[in-house]
Amino acid sequence: MTRNTAIGLTRIAVIAGSIALVELLCQRKIISPLVMIPPSEMMTSLWHMFGSHKIWDDIAQTFSTVALSFVLSVAAGFGFGALIHALPRVRRALDPLLASYYSIPFFVFYPLLIALFGLNTIPLIVIGFVFATAAMVISTLNGLDRVPRVMTKTARILRLSPARAVWSVTLPAAAPYLFTGLKLALAYSFIGVIAGEFILSGGGLGFSIAYAYNDFDSQTMYALMMFVLLIAVVMNGALHVWEQHMLKKRARA
Amino acid sequence: MNLAVAQAPQTAQAAVHARLRGVTRVFEGKLSVHALGPLDLDLARGEFFSVVGPSGCGKTTLMDLLAGLSEPTEGTITFEGKPVHGEVPDGIGAVFQEDASFPWLTVRDNIAFGLRRAGVDPAEIQRRVDYVIGFMGLKDFTAAYPAQLSGGMRQRVCIARTLVLQPRLILLDEPFGALDQQTRLLMGDELLRLWRETGATILLITHALDEAAMLSDRVGVMSARPGRFIDVITTGWPRERDSAIVADPAFGAVTARLWSLLRSESLKAIGAKG
Repeated sequence: MTRNTAIGLTRIAVIAGSIALVELLCQRKIISPLVMIPPSEMMTSLWHMFGSHKIWDDIAQTFSTVALSFVLSVAAGFGFGALIHALPRVRRALDPLLASYYSIPFFVFYPLLIALFGLNTIPLIVIGFVFATAAMVISTLNGLDRVPRVMTKTARILRLSPARAVWSVTLPAAAPYLFTGLKLALAYSFIGVIAGEFILSGGGLGFSIAYAYNDFDSQTMYALMMFVLLIAVVMNGALHVWEQHMLKKRARA
Repeated sequence: MNLAVAQAPQTAQAAVHARLRGVTRVFEGKLSVHALGPLDLDLARGEFFSVVGPSGCGKTTLMDLLAGLSEPTEGTITFEGKPVHGEVPDGIGAVFQEDASFPWLTVRDNIAFGLRRAGVDPAEIQRRVDYVIGFMGLKDFTAAYPAQLSGGMRQRVCIARTLVLQPRLILLDEPFGALDQQTRLLMGDELLRLWRETGATILLITHALDEAAMLSDRVGVMSARPGRFIDVITTGWPRERDSAIVADPAFGAVTARLWSLLRSESLKAIGAKG
């Protein structure tokens, strides 16, 4: 068994063990059914919910909103990061703001966004976008800072046009850092959108969890919470595997 | 196929491949730094010319100027009779001291990189890449990524990526600087072999006096900053030569001459008195 396989199996064992422990505590009523239902019931409830239109509408709304805010934040974050990387004075002025960006509680602006854009998906896209963009800007700056100067010199010696040099040399050289930005932007978009739906929205997974909570509908609430958790784990896991595959090629022997 | 370079258009001054006249480089900033010159140099077509000098004397600046990677503050640079104006001319290749292999590409893709970007026919790319891979002894590593190779092998990949483009002037900025002495001697032999086969003009920047003495037809000795040539020594070695030349008494004489010229300049560079 390789070291990586052993680490992977340990990770799975920790997750499975935690779920089994919660299942046991719920089944023995050590955790009251009014507080939490067993994970097995969450899965059964989720399975039944897949038979209804409602959950698919929620999934479609949440996922399309996350996708939009993710794409917009990655594009804007990369563009802005590349721009201020090329303008060192502007960057010096903005660096402290970027460093303290996540100390701002953006959700306090959410009511303002609803007042501005109405109760639709736009405030959710904006909150996800605002939440995710800075991570992409910071990762872009990190990535571009770490492109070895010899790589850009090589691109010029090979007589590549500036656009081609960026596409064929700068971007691949900065890829591991940009990838970190993509991972964070996806996570932050997800958090921003679900939390926004939770606060005030007419649909989406966050809204349905909040609705079920207010309705004392533990079956639905926990089933949806488990679904969100599973989606987050699967997305993060897929990106992790992709990232490891990329880094493996580059790791010095 | 072989690696012989395509002949450049013949001019009245065909023997002179590259020419620098009154070249000066000053880096402007809060503290203006006069890095180089004024400096004159004629590189003959097909010669092996090395540049030695103390640290910070402007050797790399000289290479950047000749490659068109930066522009001189004063003076003119011509390559094959045409002025070099801060843009890399066709026919110049360069290998740097730092590892410049692309870690996201295999050895084969690294070597083919420049040809693909230049839009060369795929069959021609394959032919040229195969030849260079064989020439540089990389046959067993074509599918490997640079991370799986030693420092010396990665530098071979960079040299191969340059060679496959068949440059007429090859600039080498301390390409073996990070390698151990034995590997450097062997890489020196490889370099002489490819120089003979390609017929290219080579300008080698190096810190190592023995390397310069062993490889070169002529060695330019630079002063401490601002770098100027204080002397140019002709070694007189035959074209067919290799690292065995280090046992020749004449090799010791050339190296000693280089050091006698460089000693006081090196002391100046580190701020000591000779």
